[in-house]
Amino acid sequence: MTDVLKIENLHVSVEDKPILNGVNLELKRGETHALMGPNGSGKSTLGFAVMGHPKYEVTEGRILLNDVDVTEMEADERARLGLFMAFQRPIAIPGVRLADFLRHATTNVRNPERKEGEDLIPMREFRKEIKEKMNQLQMDTEFARRYVNDGFSGGEMKRAEILQLAMLQPKFAILDETDSGLDADAVRLASQSIAQIGGEEMGLLIITHHDKLLEHNPPSHAHVMLGGRIVESGGVELAHELHSNGYERIRKAYPEAAAMERAMQDEEQTV
Amino acid sequence: MATDITDTGVQSPIGEINKYDFRTTSKGVFKAKKGLNPEIVNQISDIKDEPDWMRKFRLDSLEIFNSKPMPKWGGDISLDFQDIYYYLKPTEKQGKTWDDVPAEIKETFEKLGIPEAERQYLAGVKAQFESEVVYGSLQEDLAQKGVIFTDTDTALREHPELLKEYFGTVIPPHDNKFAALNSAVWSGGSFIYVPPGVEIEFPLQTYFRINEESMGQFERTLIIVDEGAKIHYVEGCTAPMYSSESLHSAVVEVICKKGSRCRYSTIQNWANNIYNLVTKRALAYADATMEWVDGNLGSHLTMKYPAVYLMEPGARGEILSIAFAGKHQHQDTGAKLVHCAPNTSGQIISKSISKDGGRGSYRGLVRVEEGAHNTKCSVVCDALILDPESQTDTYPYIEIMEPDVAIGHEASVSRIGEEQLFYLMSRGLTEAEASTMIVNGFIEPLVKELPMEYAVELNRLIELQMEGSVG
Repeated sequence: MTDVLKIENLHVSVEDKPILNGVNLELKRGETHALMGPNGSGKSTLGFAVMGHPKYEVTEGRILLNDVDVTEMEADERARLGLFMAFQRPIAIPGVRLADFLRHATTNVRNPERKEGEDLIPMREFRKEIKEKMNQLQMDTEFARRYVNDGFSGGEMKRAEILQLAMLQPKFAILDETDSGLDADAVRLASQSIAQIGGEEMGLLIITHHDKLLEHNPPSHAHVMLGGRIVESGGVELAHELHSNGYERIRKAYPEAAAMERAMQDEEQTV
Repeated sequence: MATDITDTGVQSPIGEINKYDFRTTSKGVFKAKKGLNPEIVNQISDIKDEPDWMRKFRLDSLEIFNSKPMPKWGGDISLDFQDIYYYLKPTEKQGKTWDDVPAEIKETFEKLGIPEAERQYLAGVKAQFESEVVYGSLQEDLAQKGVIFTDTDTALREHPELLKEYFGTVIPPHDNKFAALNSAVWSGGSFIYVPPGVEIEFPLQTYFRINEESMGQFERTLIIVDEGAKIHYVEGCTAPMYSSESLHSAVVEVICKKGSRCRYSTIQNWANNIYNLVTKRALAYADATMEWVDGNLGSHLTMKYPAVYLMEPGARGEILSIAFAGKHQHQDTGAKLVHCAPNTSGQIISKSISKDGGRGSYRGLVRVEEGAHNTKCSVVCDALILDPESQTDTYPYIEIMEPDVAIGHEASVSRIGEEQLFYLMSRGLTEAEASTMIVNGFIEPLVKELPMEYAVELNRLIELQMEGSVG
């Protein structure tokens, strides 16, 4: 059976303000979906909600992973079931070395039944593996000794996210603008790496404004989000169209969603 | 040189209980009456057979103690000084049984993976033979270099000239109420003298004598680092300390002579009913460096502000302080740097963590005396609050009498970030693992400064605190 991530009629509020208004999406393992849309349309919110950020409150609908309802689960439980999100703005954790953190995370994800205090993956085994992965991603192994995202450049942060993706090997990964803040070379390296790691093993939901990232990870599906809903879905050609022509056609075609978008933006300005 | 105290069935760990001590206790275990008065003070002096000057020092200190009001600042000290035992023979304490050790302390030992025999030793129940051997060989090596490393009671008997010269010179009895108290009833503690130019590479520690030293409620430590000498002293150990008494009031004096270097590290984890009121101060002379690394866990109230007085040009003081305040705990900690001479420099880094309604306070003083030109000092204090019930506050005092100085002060308070937690949890760490990791990261600057085995134990202790299983 192919693994499936299903998002059904998802409504999400942040601090009582509705952001998502009924999102439906089905992603199979092995598929790559592009999620596009103007700023503020709710793309990142969808990522956070699926990953289980406590600030993002699901008011209606549900998230299913192979028919298991994960809507109420903590983020760590979701991670152990095979969900992953690469952050647009990863958080710094001063004093915590990337390698120590990853050894813990990798252990938990590979052994979801692990009780607190039980042994971690043997150091030797872990070191060998992380070294391999870092070589593959053309990263200096010294990097793993640095504190998680602390003083990292934008490019370093994104590469650290990709390293985590490579180590944790989730079933489904949401990549939230992994290309933002990167120069052309860095985007190419990142997208090649994702292709290399993801291959046909993962279900990828790639949130992006650009199609660079999609060059090496050609999407099987593309979705446009506007005003907190997915208004149109299609194939790779939709992604290319949006990249070339922008969102005017979409706004005209879905006036209700466009009105919602404007209302949300106005509210943002008055806040 | 171990003395077998047959009548109590307890073996001395390293022989500090010398023949004289043994003779006075042979009639049985001694426990002074509760309360504080000249009679008790005289009794302590009698038992230790102290020279007259020390007896007078104690009695004068008692008068100073009685004349001083309680501090009006800091934590809430609700203590009945007449309801405390001011002196107990160590042998009596060693005579405690394993059953007397509080359950949570036993559990901590177990979680720390300390072997049964060692647990009993660390808890002060048992003296351990292996430690004695290690300690003995250490002593021999040091003695050859002319280093004196012993407990303060023994030092008073064997090196009266050094004691008379330095004792109470850094922290005189009238310094504060608790310094006066300690001066009146002090017992135990460490005495170290490092001769000129001697550098001791490995850390000296009281770990091996913990049952003797840490059990003291009023220990007195005096360290003299002579010109150009170098030492790292580690006091106590990270294993939890417990006591049936409610007051721990130590005095630690350090003298760093010209060009010397001293680092004093301590991590303490007290039982939750203890008032931990300690005065620690160092004098640093020309081009000398004094470093305090001071960690505080446990206790009901801790008031402790390690100080460095920079006495001559080129002196440097560094203080790294960390406090973890849990339920019903108030950690009022910080540091003092007093620039008394030109071209001196200092740094204070203070970190506090509060959890389960605990309160962490930073109280610090930076003072630049008249004439202390061109001094530099930086203060960084960070507080981490783990939940909405907990509290942190900062009381930085800065007094500057000269214009050409560079003083920096940075303070930050952070709640344990929801974003940090989510980030780690989204990678499969449980909330508890994630918080522990964030807290361990927060104290990493301190851990880095500790000898390996202490760093490891500190991390494990923090993990236990985070679990809430050690209250």
